[in-house]
Amino acid sequence: MTEPKAKKKPANKHLSRQQKQRRTLLLSMVAGAGVTGVGLAGYVPVAKNGQTRLRPPGALDERLFLASCIKCGQCEQVCPVNAIKLADIMDGFGLGTPYIDARTQACDFSCDATQCILACPTGSLSHKINKKEEVQMGLARLSSPTTCLARQGLGFVGLARGEDFPGIHRYVEVDRWNPIPIADHPYDLEICDLCVRECPIKNAISMQPLSDDPNDKRRTPVVNTDVCVGCGMCEMICPTEPSSITIDIAAKRESA
Amino acid sequence: MGRALKAYLHSLKVMLGAAPGKPDKSDYSEEARALHAYKKTPEVRLVRLAKIREELADKKPSYKWRKWRWASIILINLMFVVSYKFDVQLVEGALTASRFVGFHMADLNSGIQITLAQKTILTNVVIGMVTVAVLWWLVGGRAFCSWACPYHLASEWVEMLHLKLVEKGWAKDIPLHRGMRTVLYVVFAALAFITSFTVFEFINPVGILSRAFTYGLTLALAWVGLLLLIELFFIRRFWCRYVCPIGITYSLVGSVSPTVVHYDLNECLHEGECRAVCLVPHVLDMTIKGRATDVNMDIGADCTRCGMCLEACPTGALSFKVKGLGGLL
Repeated sequence: MTEPKAKKKPANKHLSRQQKQRRTLLLSMVAGAGVTGVGLAGYVPVAKNGQTRLRPPGALDERLFLASCIKCGQCEQVCPVNAIKLADIMDGFGLGTPYIDARTQACDFSCDATQCILACPTGSLSHKINKKEEVQMGLARLSSPTTCLARQGLGFVGLARGEDFPGIHRYVEVDRWNPIPIADHPYDLEICDLCVRECPIKNAISMQPLSDDPNDKRRTPVVNTDVCVGCGMCEMICPTEPSSITIDIAAKRESA
Repeated sequence: MGRALKAYLHSLKVMLGAAPGKPDKSDYSEEARALHAYKKTPEVRLVRLAKIREELADKKPSYKWRKWRWASIILINLMFVVSYKFDVQLVEGALTASRFVGFHMADLNSGIQITLAQKTILTNVVIGMVTVAVLWWLVGGRAFCSWACPYHLASEWVEMLHLKLVEKGWAKDIPLHRGMRTVLYVVFAALAFITSFTVFEFINPVGILSRAFTYGLTLALAWVGLLLLIELFFIRRFWCRYVCPIGITYSLVGSVSPTVVHYDLNECLHEGECRAVCLVPHVLDMTIKGRATDVNMDIGADCTRCGMCLEACPTGALSFKVKGLGGLL
């Protein structure tokens, strides 16, 4: 009954062929489950329904967008202002999908014709859209009214985002065809209206007086939610830190 | 059932994970049977063994195909990068999908994944997939792996290191069951369909690498690094052999490709040099003595047409062949 010392674990080479096969099969199942598990881990960042990134013009609803995007980056390649970036592993199943960080570099429709949509081979950026006015990426919102310079009756002099800001923008009055660094374009404004001034969509934002008093210099940007496409140009150009106006990606145009 | 059809189905079965096994007695052709019997005679056996000894004594490594293959992988991937960096619009995109001088190209597996995930058939994607399928069908299906895939090249380099480490006892090659790849193929296809997410693309090192070359470094490369570490220390060619569904997809294309590696039983001395270097040695099962059912055979579906067996073969029993071109090559 007492012979524990004699019962040594057999070394691998003593395993019978059948035992070896079973071990291989078991290891394969573990490895296969492991690979599948790592794959499924990509679900965590997208588990919450809804969008976490500002997507390029024409992007389908987030779920359909993630299903259809083939992650090739052709949209990234054609963007003249390099607004489109490809998501990394922290985006889970969104890995390799395009997004825009508007504060760093917004889409300003410098391409004139939604080039990213034309480049998309899968229609994840919907081919139904032909004009920039039809785009719906989100809606601009005055997210921080208290910091807005216009609402304080303040003007703006100098570089909108400082001299080190790498962002570019097409100023039609400077160069019709090529975007230039925002850091090369100083402003001198009596009342700050940068968000309205640089908005690429006609009538999407306007400056309204804050009171009936004609001597009150204060103005407030008002977003026309029937027109705004959510490109984020206002968010990029806003000189306050953080930006007083931002894109709400969950909101979509009412008229659509 | 004809011998050719039987061999074809067998090659598919082996590709999906079945052990090649000994063929049935009835599977052998007359000539093959006679040749095997002849090779078994004691005199011929001695001559063969002497020849092998001689051959292996002054064996010189050959890289006849490898240099072209490596150049091909580097060139194909470089074309993507150059197109982007210098805006020459040669191949825009990544290996998952691209435009080749304006024509749509879509990787077969990525195309299948997004089609399953969104349950819609897209004309552009179908056009891209058909183009890619025809191109790789011409040159041998899984030739994609060894002549275009950047992960394959990285993995090949790691494999060279792995073999050195194994020699020193610092690493080992734990064998897995090849059926795992087939199971994972079904799992990832089902996951794409059920979850509507392209789950596989999240761990696809080919996409991750291809995008990193063009669009810059990503954290996702850490996953590719982890895979390579597993291959370096524990499981030789883990991803390509046991996981990658892209390999299966291109195998299916390759199974009916006119470009094949051809085996000639007459020339073969059964040294086994070819199987030692092969990524998918199960396709070379007929080179084991007594296994070839015919004197002239084509290597099966899973073959990546890498040419390493050609380089390793001391007698020239293995060669590239383009069916239908006959004497032209």
